[in-house]
Amino acid sequence: MKMILTIAGKELRSMFSSPMAWVILALLQLLLALFFTSSVGQYFEAMQGSMLPEQRIGFTAFVMPGVYGVAVLVLMTAVPLLTMRQIAEERKNHTLVFLFSSPASLFEIVLGKFVGLVAFISVVTLMLFAMTLSMNVATDLDLGHLLLCAFGLWLMAASFASLGLFMSSLTQQPIIAAILSFIALLALFIIDKFSVDPESVLNYLSLMRHFEPMAGGELNTTDIAYFALFITTFLVLTVRRLDADRLRG
Amino acid sequence: MTTVTVEATDLTRAYGSHVVVSDVNFNLNKGEVLGFLGPNGAGKSTTMKMLTGNLAPTAGTVKICGIDILENPKAAKALIGYLPETPPLYRELTVDEMLALSARIHGVARNKVKRAVDVAKERTGLTDMGRRLCENLSTGYQQRVGIAQAIIHSPMVVVLDEPTRGLDPIQIRDIRALIKELGGEHSVILSTHILPEVEMVCDRVQIIHQGKMVFSGAIKELERNRQSDRLLVGLRRPPAKESLLALPGVVEVAQDGDLLRVRFAEGAEGVAEAIAQAAVGGGWGLYQLTPDVASLEDVFVHLTHREEQA
Repeated sequence: MKMILTIAGKELRSMFSSPMAWVILALLQLLLALFFTSSVGQYFEAMQGSMLPEQRIGFTAFVMPGVYGVAVLVLMTAVPLLTMRQIAEERKNHTLVFLFSSPASLFEIVLGKFVGLVAFISVVTLMLFAMTLSMNVATDLDLGHLLLCAFGLWLMAASFASLGLFMSSLTQQPIIAAILSFIALLALFIIDKFSVDPESVLNYLSLMRHFEPMAGGELNTTDIAYFALFITTFLVLTVRRLDADRLRG
Repeated sequence: MTTVTVEATDLTRAYGSHVVVSDVNFNLNKGEVLGFLGPNGAGKSTTMKMLTGNLAPTAGTVKICGIDILENPKAAKALIGYLPETPPLYRELTVDEMLALSARIHGVARNKVKRAVDVAKERTGLTDMGRRLCENLSTGYQQRVGIAQAIIHSPMVVVLDEPTRGLDPIQIRDIRALIKELGGEHSVILSTHILPEVEMVCDRVQIIHQGKMVFSGAIKELERNRQSDRLLVGLRRPPAKESLLALPGVVEVAQDGDLLRVRFAEGAEGVAEAIAQAAVGGGWGLYQLTPDVASLEDVFVHLTHREEQA
């Protein structure tokens, strides 16, 4: 555990010592703030038009799924940029040897890197959460729903990170890792569009199908299990890939 | 209590059908400095990687203080400090941060990290460099940080892969002194292709050639192997070859530029004196008389040749 935290701390320090993390945080915040403001405007417009009580919906239900949905899309492009360096660049700069010859197991190395990424993702999520929570001054937000949106975003981003980490373990070139993860994530986003049959397994595989219920305020164990499995699978694959490095050289 | 710190048995590594290292065996005792000598591509780095658990051997075992590195890698790796061919430095960290990371990851207690960093910096001459980014250091200093991160947790075994590469002569001298000093309390394995380096710092030497161990023994033995049966003689007014051949013990005389290369029979003594005396007596104008020291290549050729004969 101590080892995992040491590695996670190092990753976090590395992320913030390059401009990348700061740029991502700043741009994300700006973009989401703009989108959030315009959503608030849209809400008032829509509600002025709907006089009947049954046409009215709550502020949280109207604005939040949209805002957090956009955040997911932005993170889908941002997270591969963070994960691409994790293993690919270490391999390129010969620093992977440092971790390999230390008394840390491969599992601890991979999990340490993942925890570092998740810590960054938590910062992003918290910042967005704080921003959306500021609306509580003007109206009564549905806090449970808002928390679920944030939790969904966090799970999605953590899944991106685990996939990105795996892609980074496949190559020496960070850029290739970023492109690979981006394509894979995009494919997992739109995979359900390829199915005609609503019972198709493709629907279950789609990342978006598991985020949407959460953004809509619905918490299913299926979705939680999906994300947990998704993350575990890619972390285990990463460990396997690194182990192959040691075996095959 | 046993003092064997490293025990490598039948270490073999093959990439497909290409065997890089085959059947390397050796033991290392506490406090010894072992030199791994060999030309480029002989399998030195591959052996180092296997010793430090970076590469799984195709066959054979490595035990560090009795702990098998394949069966119990965590415990075994905690006892090793390793400097690979390229110093593994995170370019975005400062020297202090890098060394602190190395200390923590190797299990140095939190309250002792700072002390360990200071000691390692002092030993490698990095005291003024703590706040510099690893990225901005010169090759020589990067190499020093590489050594510092390998010794920071006072490991039982220090493995250094070409530690003096990229250093200037003064730094090389300092690092060699450091390695000798390390040998006192740790065991050191050092790979190099520089023969004098081995002679200077190592207690024992192993020569590896095309993945096979061709020589293993104390430095003295190697020196015996290096001792040549030839003399280089410089004469202003050289006589006919026959008069040299007539001297006791001389077997062969060959011209080498301005100099004469005189080979004498194995075990023959006093050849140099005889030549000097004859030169003075005959007025040959002797200006050089040196043993024709075998180069590293000659030693390799000699040793590999012997291997084939055996």
